[in-house]
Amino acid sequence: MDWFYVKGILILSGINLMAVLGLSLLTGFTGLFSFGHAGFMAIGAYVTAMGTMKLGLPFIPALLLGAAGAAVVSFFIGRLTLNLKGDYFCIATLGFGEAIRLILDNVQYFGGARGWPGLPVVTNLTTVVIVDVIGVVILANIIRSRHGRNFKAIREEEMASQTIGINVFRYKMAALMISAAYAGVAGGMLAHLLGFIQPKMFQFIKSTELTITVIFGGLGSISGSVIGALVLTSLPELLRTFASWRLVVYGAAVVFIMISRPQGLMGGTEITFTNIKKLFSRFFRASGEKAGGGGR
Amino acid sequence: MKLLELKNVTKQFGGLTAVGNVSFEVEKDSIFGLIGPNGAGKTTIFNLITGIYKVTEGEILFEGIETNSMEPYRVAELGITRTFQNIRLFKKLTTYDNILTACHYNARYGLMDAILRNKRFKAEEKGLLDQAEQLMGIMGLEDRRNVVAGNLPYGLQRRLEIARALALNPKLLLLDEPAAGMNPDETARLMALIKEIRDSFKLTVLVIEHHMDLIMGVCERIVVLNFGKKLAEGTAIEVQANPKVIEAYLGEEEVVVC
Repeated sequence: MDWFYVKGILILSGINLMAVLGLSLLTGFTGLFSFGHAGFMAIGAYVTAMGTMKLGLPFIPALLLGAAGAAVVSFFIGRLTLNLKGDYFCIATLGFGEAIRLILDNVQYFGGARGWPGLPVVTNLTTVVIVDVIGVVILANIIRSRHGRNFKAIREEEMASQTIGINVFRYKMAALMISAAYAGVAGGMLAHLLGFIQPKMFQFIKSTELTITVIFGGLGSISGSVIGALVLTSLPELLRTFASWRLVVYGAAVVFIMISRPQGLMGGTEITFTNIKKLFSRFFRASGEKAGGGGR
Repeated sequence: MKLLELKNVTKQFGGLTAVGNVSFEVEKDSIFGLIGPNGAGKTTIFNLITGIYKVTEGEILFEGIETNSMEPYRVAELGITRTFQNIRLFKKLTTYDNILTACHYNARYGLMDAILRNKRFKAEEKGLLDQAEQLMGIMGLEDRRNVVAGNLPYGLQRRLEIARALALNPKLLLLDEPAAGMNPDETARLMALIKEIRDSFKLTVLVIEHHMDLIMGVCERIVVLNFGKKLAEGTAIEVQANPKVIEAYLGEEEVVVC
């Protein structure tokens, strides 16, 4: 494998990671399942492309514009749907994702279903890594604060959250808007990696892929989302040897993980220095005891 | 001085009147009991006070402020918190995190402060940690600090729920059957705890309970409900002697004709 190929996979993983991180806040920490986040990616992609192509903005400001665009749209979607409970919200997001794609299919200004070619190809590994690191730090800081605890409280027990003074609707809205902004950034980076966007790229299957990645990594774990995005984006590439069977193998791998570890790879825990230290000390104590036992 | 006042409160679900024309006043710093047979509308009244249900008719006043149309989180901000009949803890979080989450109300830093980890965040977050620590101590939960709430024994889950409610520094604490499923020994300890909390946190307690010894032991005033209507009100002794109450609980006295 040459570096160019590996780099390509890494960039794609990084872009997926950005969308997955946002979704991790919504699904993993707040407990709202969404099957429409490809829609927010699409909005991010098209708004960012509009920024660079029509408004002549540099890439990074255009990216922020894309994030803001996705967040604004999510605000209106949230106003309409966030009062829905569990499954109903999930179905509403599914409908939203498809609606966005169909609208873009019919807007000739953006090239309609034929797509929009000729975007500047400016996304590279450095930008993706920097953006991802910023994304992880922001998310981790949110989670390790009273706001993060409130998100988790809502996931655990909505009614009790209200009675301890959490404005549930506002927190759900915040989670949705932040996740949409993350998806928007991912969409914008994708658009400027490929230099071409098309509504078909943001189909329902893309949303499903993002949700699968979050669950695969473990709900309520940022490290899990990171590992999940890296593994699940590169897995189809590593499986190239299986030729036409590779997506079957991919599916089987996901099913296998979910059966053997229903809580996901990380199962709600994080990889932090203290956790690693704890793990090591436990490991050494266990092996020490074993050695002691053998001596007797 | 009255802290909470219900004025002709009625709640209807479709054609069913769950609570009909109930009025009572809760004095500040008192322990007030709400009793009645199953389905009498006790928990419905709690849900009305905390804003989970909206009142159909009538008024609920807390410190003179009408709370009828408020969202539950606003009611909590006013200083009313509660526990639930069927425990509603954050089951997958640890004991400590359950309390710490509820302490959030005493910090005001925003999302941006959290992202930037600035001075304000650090100072207020430290305050929260101290407060959670203190509550763990008062409620005797220190040795269960890292136990996931769902794995705690039943009695401690109830205790944790009270601790979580206290984290908001409430003025009025609503306890919905705190002694359900407890043995007499645990009930006696709970009685002592309720009195202790009232004195050390300077709050008013409104308690629903089926354990008569608990109600009669701690409540200064009692309201009896039956079929959504107020049957009687008074001190423990007055209520116990009330023939209507005896009838509601034990049925009508049979008249033996010789």
